Amino acid sequence: MLAMNYRGPLRVRIDEKPMPRILHPEDAIVRVTRSCICGSDLHLYNGSVPDTRPGMTFGHEFTGVVVEIGGDVQKLKVGDHVLVPFNIACGRCVFCQQELYGNCHESNPQATAVGGIFGYSHTGGGHEGGQAEYVRVPYADVGPTVIPDDMDPDDAVLLTDVVPTGYQAAEMGGIQKGDTVVVFGAGPVGIMAARCAWLFGAGRVIVIDELDYRLDFVRRYAPCEAYNFRSMGDPVLFLKKATDWLGADVCIDAVGAEAAGNAMQTLLGRKLFMQGGSATALHWAINSVRKGGVLSIVGVYGPIGTLVPIGNVVNKGITIRANQASVKRLLPRLIEHVRSGVLRPRELITHRIPLEHVSDAYRIFSAKLNHCIKPVLIPPAK
Amino acid sequence: MNQTIKDPEAIPGWGIDANPSNDPAWPIKIRDGARVHSALWNRPPQQAATVEVLVSNEYPHLPAVTGVSSPPSGLSGMLRRWAFRYSESSYGHWLPLMLADRINAFEGIILDVIKGRPPHFMAELGWPAEWRYNRLNLVLRNLLRLVLLAAVIWGIVALCRRHA
Ligand SMILES: NC(=O)c1ccc[n+]([C@@H]2O[C@H](COP(=O)([O-])OP(=O)(O)OC[C@H]3O[C@@H](n4cnc5c(N)ncnc54)[C@H](O)[C@@H]3O)[C@@H](O)[C@H]2O)c1
Ligand SMILES: [Zn+2]
Ligand SMILES: [Zn+2]
Repeated sequence: MLAMNYRGPLRVRIDEKPMPRILHPEDAIVRVTRSCICGSDLHLYNGSVPDTRPGMTFGHEFTGVVVEIGGDVQKLKVGDHVLVPFNIACGRCVFCQQELYGNCHESNPQATAVGGIFGYSHTGGGHEGGQAEYVRVPYADVGPTVIPDDMDPDDAVLLTDVVPTGYQAAEMGGIQKGDTVVVFGAGPVGIMAARCAWLFGAGRVIVIDELDYRLDFVRRYAPCEAYNFRSMGDPVLFLKKATDWLGADVCIDAVGAEAAGNAMQTLLGRKLFMQGGSATALHWAINSVRKGGVLSIVGVYGPIGTLVPIGNVVNKGITIRANQASVKRLLPRLIEHVRSGVLRPRELITHRIPLEHVSDAYRIFSAKLNHCIKPVLIPPAK
Repeated sequence: MNQTIKDPEAIPGWGIDANPSNDPAWPIKIRDGARVHSALWNRPPQQAATVEVLVSNEYPHLPAVTGVSSPPSGLSGMLRRWAFRYSESSYGHWLPLMLADRINAFEGIILDVIKGRPPHFMAELGWPAEWRYNRLNLVLRNLLRLVLLAAVIWGIVALCRRHA
């Protein structure tokens, strides 16, 4: 079968790989119908996540048709068209029982700090991902969800990560009616977080990024205020001024390790890999949230120490909430929102690229070429 | 290590200010008295080992399901095995893994060459897409690299001449 193959920093290609096999009685094999590239994949692509081994197939946002099931699979049937949450979750460990499906303790041998994630390095469990024709899906009765007949498959594929992550980013903000919410990052996750902030009753939503085409998009889509940090000097000062000099009630970091805007953070975090990524957006978020405010982090960082102004967190009395999205927990509510038309995720998809052109797809998304917001890889028709 | 205070509820004042609504983890984490709160749960069946899997020393046992992508091999594999002697809290774990990733990429190139299909670097780097959408930047970037490379080579040659 055809599968994306990571070769080293910035180098990926399409290759012929052996078909995945059932290795556990609760496994299913799924023929992929759509598979996205995510901002999280860029951390792997840039070589900033430790234990990212050449030969791995990335891809944690995919839909597909079940072609084979293991002996213990009961709910899922061959032929079902499913959307597969990016978290691999057993459904019964202490964390899954608390609905922390992104923190499962039975799916990632290499690290206790994160649950298993499809195609997300060995630090994420060493599982092959969905940027391929076929993929092995463990715990098939727990995560995979049959796509409702009336749902567009492009909406379904974004329910595997982008929609729940953006929604949980807003949810973790503990937004109260009337709150001012600032979202750092106008990628798919930040755009969705800005959209969802309204669902929790925000009074004002501001998005910060450096790419005008994404700011234009989110201004219309969320809808919200959107500003380019390249044209504001000091973003923290700009945001203070915009909020009566008090700061925002809630700040959301939807940027993560690849943040631009500060030379020292870029050097230490993205060039020398001396910290778990560049924490520029996180730094701005801490300093522009109000005293007693809430900081919600969904941007992904590496496992080693990262420079942030932690003293300000203490002195300002900031509450920090963060996690990998718990996709399964949120799916019932979010499927409702998509079916009712409150959320229209498929409008984020700007590029549909054949799986065979995966190297170009990564370049386009990574370098933000051709006004790319969200690319979807389409495997050859079967 | 055993818990030394066996009956916390016997401590004077225990729980008098407990407030279940003071739970900043909710609703991300659902606490429910009836649910398991210990390391004992009904474990799924264990996946049979088919490849070498490195295991964090912060687990008491192998998780029931493991990925089977790219098992450790070669020099990078030796480094990775070494790294897993240290906990996730240690640079002794993460720095060797980063180094192993870089060595592994190099091993990959050598293996590709041995297999008779050397990598097409420009295609793997997605330069065709850049040529299409970002041509000027691509050309200038690589011109700059060439100039820098030429300067370094020129410097080395000049140094060698002086010492010869
Ligand atoms: N927690 C989770 O469950 C989860 C799930 C999915 C993605 N993520 C993470 O969310 C982040 C965003 O993902 P995405 O797919 O939207 O990625 P993306 O790369 O498309 O978007 C990131 C955006 O941030 C902008 N940016 C860069 N530096 C900035 C700064 N200093 N201030 C403000 N904006 C800045 C970029 O221009 C870009 O538009 C990534 O770190 C990703 O790993 C987390
Ligand atoms: Zn993702
Ligand atoms: Zn679990």
